[in-house]
Amino acid sequence: MFGLGIIRGMAYTMKHFVETYVDDFRWMLEGGRYRNEEALATRQNLVTNRGAVTINYPEEKLPMPERFRFVPFLVTDDPPPGQQWGHDWCTSCGICAKVCPPQCIWIKRGKKPNGRPKPEPEEFYIDIDICMNCGFCAEFCPFDAIKMDHDYELASYDRTTAHIHDKARLSKPISYWREIVPRKAAAEAAARELAEQSKGRRRQEGEEEPAGLPEEHQRELYYKGLLY
Amino acid sequence: MTVEIFESDETPGEVVYEDPVEGATARLKERFPEVQEDEREDFSGLRVPPELLRDVATYVRDELAFNYLSLITGVDLIDEGKLEAVYHTYSINHGGGALVLRVHVDRDEPVIPSLTPMWPGADFQEREAYDMFGIRFDGHPNLRRIYMWDGFEGFPLRKDWQEPFFEEEHKPFGSRWPGGEVFRAEERLPYGKNVQYPAGWEPQSLDFKTNDQEIYRGLSVSREQLPGLKTELVTVNMGPQHPSTHGVFRMVMTLDGETILKLHPEMGYLHRNHEKIGERNTFIQNIPFTDRLDYLSPMNNEQAYVMAVEQLLGVEVPERAEWIRILMAELNRIANHAWALGFLLNDMGAFQTPALYFITERESIVEFFEAAAGSRMMVNYMRFGGLAYDLPTEFRNMPTMTFLEKLIHDTLPSFVDEMDEYLTNNEIVRGRSIGVGTLTADEAIAYSMSGPMLRASGVPYDVRRAEPYSYYEHLDFDIAVRYNGDVYDRYLVRLEEMAQSIRILKQVLPHLKETQGASVFEGKPQYALRVPRGGDAYGRVESGKGELGFYLIAQRRASNPDRYHVRAPSFINLTSLGKMCEGHKVADSVTILGSIDIVLGEVDK
Repeated sequence: MFGLGIIRGMAYTMKHFVETYVDDFRWMLEGGRYRNEEALATRQNLVTNRGAVTINYPEEKLPMPERFRFVPFLVTDDPPPGQQWGHDWCTSCGICAKVCPPQCIWIKRGKKPNGRPKPEPEEFYIDIDICMNCGFCAEFCPFDAIKMDHDYELASYDRTTAHIHDKARLSKPISYWREIVPRKAAAEAAARELAEQSKGRRRQEGEEEPAGLPEEHQRELYYKGLLY
Repeated sequence: MTVEIFESDETPGEVVYEDPVEGATARLKERFPEVQEDEREDFSGLRVPPELLRDVATYVRDELAFNYLSLITGVDLIDEGKLEAVYHTYSINHGGGALVLRVHVDRDEPVIPSLTPMWPGADFQEREAYDMFGIRFDGHPNLRRIYMWDGFEGFPLRKDWQEPFFEEEHKPFGSRWPGGEVFRAEERLPYGKNVQYPAGWEPQSLDFKTNDQEIYRGLSVSREQLPGLKTELVTVNMGPQHPSTHGVFRMVMTLDGETILKLHPEMGYLHRNHEKIGERNTFIQNIPFTDRLDYLSPMNNEQAYVMAVEQLLGVEVPERAEWIRILMAELNRIANHAWALGFLLNDMGAFQTPALYFITERESIVEFFEAAAGSRMMVNYMRFGGLAYDLPTEFRNMPTMTFLEKLIHDTLPSFVDEMDEYLTNNEIVRGRSIGVGTLTADEAIAYSMSGPMLRASGVPYDVRRAEPYSYYEHLDFDIAVRYNGDVYDRYLVRLEEMAQSIRILKQVLPHLKETQGASVFEGKPQYALRVPRGGDAYGRVESGKGELGFYLIAQRRASNPDRYHVRAPSFINLTSLGKMCEGHKVADSVTILGSIDIVLGEVDK
């Protein structure tokens, strides 16, 4: 029959339309589906795409996976009391600046009073307008000193003054990193420890291969931790 | 075209070569003694003198059955004072590798005969080579710049051309470390100084009228030849700012009432000279840039690029990494087709409702990409010799494998079936698409169409089968093919391809379980790698849009490519747009454009 296809399509749309209200009824007695942590968690972890699948940004946000990457930040030690940052992990080796595809990282290497290079950056800039969030800097940093942030709300009123982030703006303590990506941070700590143990140790003849990282740790690291 | 598509051209009693390319090369050299192997080390292909190109091309197409001209690109050999044009031809009949033809011409007087008379698909690619290298193609019907504006000075991909924001020949730039004096490029080159003009050029000398006529040249149709009422013909610009052109894309059409007499696509509004950037970059720095080409299928782009570089590096990919690559590539194909079909329906007038159903399904795929690679679209996931990461441990509160099983065995198949059930037989969809924008099989081949465009015209050509890469030869799937070559068949081919991708994914899952815990990267990861061999390499894959290829030329021990060319399927598929739209109504041109499935990031490069 001519028109049957259209009617069936309309019926399908009608079914979808009704399904979007199922959640409203389901959460009605528990405070409604919006602004409701539990309802949000359900909608964020869809198994089947049925019903309303949207969330209300900015009141509600999607969870970020650990590997999510946005503009990088610099890792420092946990700050001593009364200070905002601790000691920089960055040694100003320049690998991140060299590997950066759009070349958005500027590093001024620190100098000792006698003129020799000091393993600490004097200045460190990232132009976030140029940064393409690829994550190569974090991937190839041999000191775990630069990491990809999860803070994506960087809009500002004046791009000409606010979008070159300096060292003060970029530095964040390691505890922040542990908080946003707990699993990966633990894996990195384990890998660093393992690398520290095997450093400078010459393996004896016939000695067994040292135990590597557990698999769940390897999975969290770039190249399964081959860079450590 | 004299070559039948499904007919073998082997005559009995002849030497039969295992490899069709080898046989064709031998026959070609026998027929044309002037055609010689390229004498440079590690370069593929045959050197053809420019004056012989048309004869050789005709012979290659008609006698050797290498009837598909896939790629044309220029190369600047500045040290030798030459420009080179590279032609990749494939055999639709036999599959297999490319027969590469290379033409060298003098850099000061670069004239090569155009191949548009034999392969109308050469049109845009020759214009691109003219635009970027200044190679003039003798006999081309409309040799204008294609990306840069008319009146632009210089040829951007020549090695001696420098962009206005030029800092250094190759990255990394010295100013970044250890000096670290931060600056914003636009402050050094403030407004008005960030553009280059020819020497002695005056702004007043710009004649807008002539420039316009350049664009409209070739669009004029004589009123006298047309039957019917002697009404006035109108030339209409559709785009660049038009919602149904899928981006900043412009169609200039000459109309007789509602009927399109001629249509020319105009592009380049999003042009950023991706290839020049690629030649400034080191090899690894190009990986995230490839995501920005066809941003709807980043995994396919990366796969093609890393395959090309892996040929230069000579590295092996571990088994698990290869399976994950297939998993990602096929998921990406589904996501790409979901987007394409959703917006095709949008173009037909089913505004947003079906598109959103498709996008909802795509969402679970891109969110999985985000969990695996760190970004929904700009994934930056593949590396030379493997992957950056293994799959994540869990996704959406369940183990990754459980999620993938649910997705592949349940959610996606039921969704594809549902869409098939509720859309395929819809009378409006059928009415708007059946018989619209037809291309015959011969035309599709001649116009260098690829992907669903080619297969909807009855040519079962798929790179995954024709020249299998990765593990595709071990996988069981069919090439989706339809025979009418209209918009409806392209819709059906895409729907069928989604089903076939699901079929592939079902076979990939057990391998992922088997290789659990195996390495996804071998060797030492390097940020400053150098290729051990020079020469050229071409990596091609079947992306959602069609045949996607990366053509690289590098010197031995180089850290960056000398030539980096992208065979962008959306760009080349547009060549036939004018042909397909002729005689249809303006509203149909939107549907036809939608059925090509273009992404402007890839069209404009």
